[in-house]
Amino acid sequence: MHSREELLACVVARLIGDAQHVAVGAASPIPATACELLKARGRQLRVSMLHKRKGNPFTEGSRELFDLAGQGRIDVFFLGGAQIDGEGSINLVRAEGKRFPGSFGSAFMYSVVKKTILFREEHSRRVLVPKVEFVSARGTPGALLTGKALFSWQGSRFRLESTHEAGDIRSETGFDYDAPPHVPLTAIPSEQELLLLRGKVAEKIAPDYPDFARRVWGLN
Amino acid sequence: MPSMAVVRELILQKKKNLRLLGVPVLGMCADLLIGAGCVAEVESSAVSLGEAGLAPRFTEAVEKGEIRMRDATCPAVHTALQASEKGVPFMPLRGVLGSDLIKNRPDWVVQQNPMQKTGSDPILLVPAISPDIALFHARWADEAGNVWVGRRRELATIAHAAKLTLVTYEELKSGDMLEDELLAPGIISATYITAVAPARRGAWPLGIAGVYDIDDAHLAQYAKAARTREGFQRYLDEFVCTPAKSYSPA
Repeated sequence: MHSREELLACVVARLIGDAQHVAVGAASPIPATACELLKARGRQLRVSMLHKRKGNPFTEGSRELFDLAGQGRIDVFFLGGAQIDGEGSINLVRAEGKRFPGSFGSAFMYSVVKKTILFREEHSRRVLVPKVEFVSARGTPGALLTGKALFSWQGSRFRLESTHEAGDIRSETGFDYDAPPHVPLTAIPSEQELLLLRGKVAEKIAPDYPDFARRVWGLN
Repeated sequence: MPSMAVVRELILQKKKNLRLLGVPVLGMCADLLIGAGCVAEVESSAVSLGEAGLAPRFTEAVEKGEIRMRDATCPAVHTALQASEKGVPFMPLRGVLGSDLIKNRPDWVVQQNPMQKTGSDPILLVPAISPDIALFHARWADEAGNVWVGRRRELATIAHAAKLTLVTYEELKSGDMLEDELLAPGIISATYITAVAPARRGAWPLGIAGVYDIDDAHLAQYAKAARTREGFQRYLDEFVCTPAKSYSPA
């Protein structure tokens, strides 16, 4: 049996597709796991982890990451949001009277990176809203992945592609979206994927995401 | 690498009306200063404690309207400092169009790209920022007044752009580090440095690469304590106002 984190990492790995260079921001253990999974399968992939504690790829801090992205040298990046709406806009500033940390580099990255994947584990009406209260960033999402479902982007609307478990997604989603008559279940991790995740990949992830590695794989 | 040693001293001296600039984000140092009532305004792309979660004193101060917040986005801050570094009044930046950040920043201007003669090509212009003071902590200073920041070379841009640059350091090296070819690329030369002062473990509870790691447990302890004003005050009493405890036991 796989964990939810393992399933999400396998979905992210598929979304990365044949990209050459993926950047991973702070607090993104699942995207980082997906990248390590692709590498463990032998894919040539450059992964720039902004918060790597040892051997960080950057020698000019985050400025270098943004310059890299501005030149079009980053193929895939991940953004989340306190709110995400049906137009693909994200809000990292404030909602319902609550203040959040801020927009970070999202306003820039969303429009300059070739493929931005929206990723938020919480799938609720609180997060997935008809219209965000504050637009931190808008752009053209490559996909939206939550803890419950995967959506593709159809030019101006999301389309539900699969759900991770059987259940009613529409009642838990605050925005309107398209859906096929029969929504398939998200493909589960293969035996080979689980073997890699629990072996090589877990070892690579543990130094930078110790809490995550402990929680998902019991590594110390 | 913020100089936490100086942050603690600013709190002890009860400084008021500070304006903080995050390059490009702020963390525990800002949360401490805000909670202690030292801050009037924050300009930053984000304020958070990273893995330890929200910055509780910042969050409450903004929600209650106790401080002014000028929201930015990371590359806009870097670009504004680079404009100062070059002595030009503004610099263009791609992206950002369509973000509500622009509506809230009357100092940012969106204009047609003057180099593009045919077709519409709007681009964001951000004005140069020249901070009154650049403040950070470094591993080494030397007798010639240089400081070594290693791979954190974006700190040089802050020093180049600021009117004054104040640096605390872990260790003093004799002689002139610029004579060492291996150290030279990680140096900010004395040209830009106004003053240095020793502060052993001066970044704690944050870390300094290759010397000591971030103290995750202490940061988590702070994040929990600072959820309430009373808890924050108890934290200040214990770790800021008691000099013997304002450094990690190393």
